[in-house]
Amino acid sequence: MRVLLPVIIGLLYATGIYLILRRSMVKVIFGLVVLGHAANLMIFTVGRLTKGSPAFVPHGATGIAEPFADPLPQALILTAIVIGFGIQAFTIALFKKTCLSLKTEDLDEMRNTDQLEKESP
Amino acid sequence: MNRLIILPVLVPLTTALIMLLLPRRIAVHRLLGVLSTLLLSVVSVILLNSVLSGGILSLQAGGWAAPFGITMVVDTFSCIMLAMASLIGLTTAIYSIGSVDEKQEHNFYHPLIQLLLMGINGAFLTGDIFNLYVWFEVMLISSFVLLVLEGKPEQFEGAIKYVTLNLLSSAIFLAAVGILYGMAGTLNMADLAMRLPMLEHRELLSVAAILFLITFGIKAAVFPLFFWLPASYHTPHVAVSAIFAGLLTKVGVYAIIRFFTTIFTLESTPFIHHILLWVSAFTMVTGVLGAVAQYDLRKLLSFHIISQIGYMIFAIAIQSPLAIAGGLLFIVHNIAAKTNLFYLSGIIRLISGSWNLRQIGGLYATYPLLGLLFLVPALALAGIPPLSGFWAKLTVIQAGLEAQQWLAVSVALMVSILTLYSMIKIWNEAFLKDNPLSGDEGQRGREYHELSAGKKIALIGPAIILAMFTIVSGLWFEPFFILAEGASLELLDAGIYSKAVTGGIP
Repeated sequence: MRVLLPVIIGLLYATGIYLILRRSMVKVIFGLVVLGHAANLMIFTVGRLTKGSPAFVPHGATGIAEPFADPLPQALILTAIVIGFGIQAFTIALFKKTCLSLKTEDLDEMRNTDQLEKESP
Repeated sequence: MNRLIILPVLVPLTTALIMLLLPRRIAVHRLLGVLSTLLLSVVSVILLNSVLSGGILSLQAGGWAAPFGITMVVDTFSCIMLAMASLIGLTTAIYSIGSVDEKQEHNFYHPLIQLLLMGINGAFLTGDIFNLYVWFEVMLISSFVLLVLEGKPEQFEGAIKYVTLNLLSSAIFLAAVGILYGMAGTLNMADLAMRLPMLEHRELLSVAAILFLITFGIKAAVFPLFFWLPASYHTPHVAVSAIFAGLLTKVGVYAIIRFFTTIFTLESTPFIHHILLWVSAFTMVTGVLGAVAQYDLRKLLSFHIISQIGYMIFAIAIQSPLAIAGGLLFIVHNIAAKTNLFYLSGIIRLISGSWNLRQIGGLYATYPLLGLLFLVPALALAGIPPLSGFWAKLTVIQAGLEAQQWLAVSVALMVSILTLYSMIKIWNEAFLKDNPLSGDEGQRGREYHELSAGKKIALIGPAIILAMFTIVSGLWFEPFFILAEGASLELLDAGIYSKAVTGGIP
């Protein structure tokens, strides 16, 4: 796991960055989702992996023996996933509305659609 | 007294919930919006008073002691920011009554503004890095919705850039939080400030510092990460762009100051301050050059936000007590002046029917008082004495001279001249030159004249309040300077902060 997870995180970052550089809006959304996952896995890995020793105090004992798995990174990730989920839902709705309103999903074509008024009266 | 700390978050949250429970009562929404922000102003003044007399206050959420639970802290700096946020909240709540149309108010405009304020206040209060991330997201999601609330086609392009870049910055923030936690085993800012200097494995410290700098750099719109700002701030409703212009980027600046004074000190990551120095010079120049080329009123002002952020970053880069004090004064001055300019641009738009400076003209002949009102924040922004901007800029530049940063200081002075130039450009185009649309005189100001007297007062009132603030804080500059100096000394001595939060036990 110590080797595998960093490789996976690297791949996820590479995929995410590749995807958000694409012109298609759908791919940009996927890219953002993947980048979020990469960050979450990164917290998980950097917060030190400890296998098979959860942070529970055994019955009758007064404390737990080191090393035990730190539960805090998992709590952080859980929060980040929930927040990310909500924001991704909004992003998808926004992108869909944009697509319907501007009749394109090519980001390169969205360069001058924000003119509030035409130049000449 | 400590329990008061939660109020700046609780008040807007409760207000938003009550508004959501009464979805059709727009009059109640308006009233509650003003009342809640008034209450916020009172609370922030009380907090400021008690911090000045009794030192830094902290609240341990749920009774969990400092490094383990979520801590909320107010020091003088947070108090100043809270006070400015409630001032802008209050004026925006009044301005919205005059300017926002009923359809948007039915679409929960007022509750969203309250939630935005809650996110901003939470970010100013928190003493925990992950909690800061959560408040950023609260603030972002409200700002996303406010940005496209009208649902006009021209709003989407800017919104997509804004949303994408901010989500990217959130992902970077998360990664940085993970790295920092992996190294130090804590996310409490006070605890981190004590632990980082004695850390054994510090290889990743610079990586985390740079990642934080990028994250907050995106939020604060510094060079070269600012492109979302001029792309999105000119399309939403003007009350929304005003509150964004006043507060959102300043939250990013707040985070940069908090992180690179209290947590990452000059000793632990010295290279950050070199980077900040270059970034600040480029931010000042690119912002103001962008502004010079613009004719869309709000786009012009948006570029100025970036240029002004440069001065604040410059102050952080020097990091002497005088510089930080100057930076804080600059933030205070800029929040008031910038928001005011956006309010006034909204009034100009209502009178002339256009955002484009080429199609506006002759306003001084018909509305001379509006012209004078515009001059106050415009000249303050350019740094003309005796307005607030002059003193703030003087303090920053003096600190720069003391630190012998000749190049950056000369850039700052050049940028001042260009700022003055583009303020004069707005003045010439909108107020002095003849009206280019002389043919259809009947069209002019129709929207404005149709407004009821109450709505007109709601539009002009906030602009007068903020203009008064700019004038008063320029004429009675001394108390402001003493306040900022106290805050900067507190910021630069991380020991005070840590002691107040953890009680001195690492």
